[in-house]
Parts: sequence; structure tokens; C-alpha cells
Amino acid sequence: MSDWVEACAAGDIDEEDVMRFDHAGRTYAIYRSPEDEYYATDGLCSHEKVHLADGLVMDDIIECPKHNGRFNYKTGDARGAPVCVNLKTYPVKVDAGKVLIQLG
Amino acid sequence: MVIIGAGECGGRAVLTLRDLGHEGPVTLVGDEPHLPYERPPLSKEAMTSEAPLIKAIASDKLLAERSIRHIHSVRAVAIDRAAHLVRLSDGSSLGYGKLLLATGSVPRKLPMPGLGGRCVYLRTFNDALAIRAHLKPENRVAIIGGGFIGLELAASARKLGATVTVLEAQPRILMRGVPAEVAEIIHKAHQAEGVKVLTGQGITAIADDGTQVRITLADRQDIVADLAVIGIGAVPVTALAAEAGLAIDNGIAVDENLCTADPDVFAAGDCCSFPLAVYGGRRVRLEAWRNAQEQGALAAKNMLGAKEAHAAVPWFWSDQYGLTLQIAGLSDEGRSTVRRDLYDGAFILFHLAEDGRLVAASGIGPGNAVARDIRLAEMLIAKRATPAPEALGSQSVKLKSLLAA
Ligand SMILES: Cc1cc2nc3c(=O)[nH]c(=O)nc-3n(C[C@H](O)[C@H](O)[C@H](O)COP(=O)(O)OP(=O)(O)OC[C@H]3O[C@@H](n4cnc5c(N)ncnc54)[C@H](O)[C@@H]3O)c2cc1C
Ligand code: FES
Repeated sequence: MSDWVEACAAGDIDEEDVMRFDHAGRTYAIYRSPEDEYYATDGLCSHEKVHLADGLVMDDIIECPKHNGRFNYKTGDARGAPVCVNLKTYPVKVDAGKVLIQLG
Repeated sequence: MVIIGAGECGGRAVLTLRDLGHEGPVTLVGDEPHLPYERPPLSKEAMTSEAPLIKAIASDKLLAERSIRHIHSVRAVAIDRAAHLVRLSDGSSLGYGKLLLATGSVPRKLPMPGLGGRCVYLRTFNDALAIRAHLKPENRVAIIGGGFIGLELAASARKLGATVTVLEAQPRILMRGVPAEVAEIIHKAHQAEGVKVLTGQGITAIADDGTQVRITLADRQDIVADLAVIGIGAVPVTALAAEAGLAIDNGIAVDENLCTADPDVFAAGDCCSFPLAVYGGRRVRLEAWRNAQEQGALAAKNMLGAKEAHAAVPWFWSDQYGLTLQIAGLSDEGRSTVRRDLYDGAFILFHLAEDGRLVAASGIGPGNAVARDIRLAEMLIAKRATPAPEALGSQSVKLKSLLAA
């Protein structure tokens, strides 16, 4: 359960933005909130498997680039049609300027 | 609550009624034999997959859990507004407190003699299955009409190896709503994929003998195909409303709350025309998936008494080959354009009104390259912003920063 993987440098992501991170054949999305906290979810939308990292972050919402489905990236909750399946979230920590995500 | 039409709009409306806590009976009536489903995949993924599947908006289980009664394969044939009754094609009738018409649109018929069994239209899942059966490498497909559905279908047919010709009577494809600069990218993509695109030529005759279609063009050349798919636009389904005495104006006419002149009857989605607040109340009818979804949800809210006005900016997308086009707003509101180049050949045209207001944005590029900036443009349009053209055109200025301004 303690599989912490280095995803990127803290400065790689702007505030209120998102970045794609691929690891071991899977894809994730790493977020930096307007409050300067980091979060991570599965990288693909639960509607049609599109990379969420191409979407827009607004407050604690990530909006899918394809059909504007919305998720709360802090909790993974689906927040609006057409998405109805929640996203899996992963613990994140910042250590010495690096963003680490726990993929256990 | 009775909702007629179990499509995108009707499906979203019934779910929203329950989301908002409505506890009384909710009945969804649809003449198709399916659960409410999404149509956009019909010309895209569903058309190219081995065994096309319905992408349902709500499963039987979800409808049952939420106590939504879904009557399928049955048509509403008349509305008695005085008695608050809807008569159905199976002879039964339903009483209503509030009624939502979400009857959608149907393909415009080609008004020509000579059409037969090999001349078809695409609107429903069953239409898609019938077309899918003909898309094989040895077959020739003619697509009549260079609009979105026809072009997406052309891309899918090429993917399955069929020989494809697109016939467009107008001087270029996508004349309605898409700027020439963007349409040209799509035209070239089709040519590069081996589609023959013939523009600026009307059809003078069609002969369909049940196995083959011969299409004669204005310049006398003949196109012979195993299947002709006609995609020349859509017309709203309004007969039911018209016979009930409701006003029709390029669709069932509703106000900003999506209500007809009868306070108990609402209409939403492809079937209605409504005043678009962002353009000073200009009356429009949209044929777009997100609009159907948003209006379904808003109508549900207003059926419960909210009186909320429709304020959204129109938004549309189309996928062809690896390209995605997205348009926010109505580009015909613009007088000048500013181009912003993104990466990988993607670009966005911003359409500005005379007074500098941003009124629309049309973007095209591989994958979702334009998505984020189109979404930000949509928010700027909603704010009625007048961003500096230099800022819009410069890649180094983040659109998000303009929004904060
Ligand atoms: C092939 C295809 C591809 C598309 N691609 C895109 C796209 O990429 N992007 C985009 O934005 N939009 C797209 N659209 C448009 C989008 O799907 C429509 O805007 C949307 O479906 C409209 O929803 P609606 O509920 O208003 O109407 P519809 O989905 O048409 O649903 C109306 C339903 O009501 C039923 N009905 C009508 N009259 C009655 C009656 N009297 N009694 C009972 N039932 C009745 C109809 O049979 C139908 O099932 C596409 C459409 C098609 C056909
Ligand atoms: S793919 Fe994300 S909303 Fe459809």
C-alpha cells in the first residue's frame, strides 16, 4: 500500500490546473488547486475514456474536454450529466518539491 | 408529470425531476423501442464498432429505482389541453399536471422522386444498424449533404473500407454555422482519407432499383452507389403541438423559461425555438446534444415552478477521423474574426461583434486540442466580454487570465 511514485515537480503544474501522468500502463491526472494543494485521480473520463488533463479546472471541479462532464477532483464525485460514474482518487503528497502519488 | 419523447432531452428531464426531489408520478413516453439513449455515437463509434451498442442515458434499473415509468414503442397522438390529457397510440390516455414536449427532430426529406429502399436517413439506433450492414470494403456509399451527420458518417464508412462520395449542392461543405477556414480543414481531411467530395452541384435525378442507386448531377455525371444516405438537415417534430393549438415558429415556440403560451405545457431540445438571452433574445432552434441536455434539466426545474431563464451559450462538437471541431456561440453574430494558433495545427477563430464583444469561437484540431480554450471562450461569451483582439490572437496570453479581467 505504500507505493509512492514520483509524478512531477510541484512547479510543473500551474495553480488551478491539471497535468497528465502515465505510469505502468495506466494514466492519471494530477491537479493543483487554487489553494495550492495537490490531488490525483484516474486520468480518463468515466463517460468515454478521454484524457481529463485536456480539460478545464475551475475551483475543485475538473471538466471533461469532450462533453463537459464534471467531477470534483478532490473526492472523485461525478457532478453533472453526462457523467454518472465517480472517478477513483489517489493520495498525494509533496516532498522536497516533488509531487508523489500513492498507487497502492 | 408527463414527458413526451424519450430522447436526450426527455431522458435528462425525468432524471432531473427526481434529482430535484419531485415525488409525484413521472411518466416518460417514447415511440422508439429503446431506453432513452445518446445519438451522437450513432454516426461515430457505434457506426464503426463490430456490434453497435445502445449508449443508454438511464438503465431500466435506474428508472425503476427512481420510480420513473417508461412507456416505450408508443406514440402520443393528441393532447387535450382543456382536460389535461395525452392520448396514446395504444388507445390509452395519461392525465398530466405539467407536460413536457421533447419530441426532437427528424431528418429533412429529400423532395425528389426516385428514392427507394437503398436511400436512407440516419436518426435512430435502428437506422444506424441498417446503415452499418452496408458499410463494407466492396460497397460504394453516396452521402447526400455535406453537413455534420453526413461527414461523420463518411469518416466512419471510410474507416470500414467503403468507397465514399459526398455530394453537396452548396459551394462548400458545412455552409451553415461553420467558418470557411474551419470547413476547409475538414474538407481536406476527407480528401486525404480518400473520400470524393463534390461541392456546388445539385442533383437532377435519382434512380433506386432496390439494389443500386444512380444519382445524376447537374453536370450530367452519374454516381452509382450501393447505398445513399441523405443528410440534408433536420426538421423539428411539431405536429402534436400544432394540433393542440400551440404556436409554432421554426419549432414549438417557448419563452425563456421553455414554457409555451399554456402555463402547463413546456417544450425543450431539438423540437423548440426559444429566445437566446446572450444575443438579446434572438429566437433560435438548436440541434445540439448539450442543449438538449441543459434544456431538459431546465424544463424539469421550471415544471416544478422555478421560473429560471435559459442562459446557456450554444455549444456543439463533431468528431471526424482524429479531428475534433468545437463551436461555442453562433458565429453568424460576428463581424470580424481573430485567429489563435495552438499546437499541432489546431486553431481557434474568435468571432467579434461590431462593438468588440466576443460572440462565438470556432476551433478545430487533433483530439481535444481546442477543448479548453473553447470552454473558456464560452465563459467569456456568457460574460459578454470584450477582450482585446491582440490578447485573443496571442498564444502567450492565457484565456483564463482574460476571464478574471
Ligand atoms: C447521428 C447523429 C449524430 C449527432 N452528433 C452530434 C454531435 O456530435 N454533437 C452534438 O452536439 N449533437 C449531435 N447530434 C444531435 C443530438 O443528438 C440532438 O441534438 C439530441 O438528440 C436532441 O435531443 P432531443 O431529446 O431534443 O431529441 P431526440 O434525441 O430526437 O429525441 C426525441 C424522441 O422523441 C420521440 N418522439 C417524437 N415524437 C413523439 C411522439 N409523438 N410520441 C412519442 N415519442 C415521440 C422520437 O422518436 C425520439 O426518440 C447528433 C444527432 C444524430 C442523429
Ligand atoms: S468523455 Fe467525458 S463527458 Fe463524455
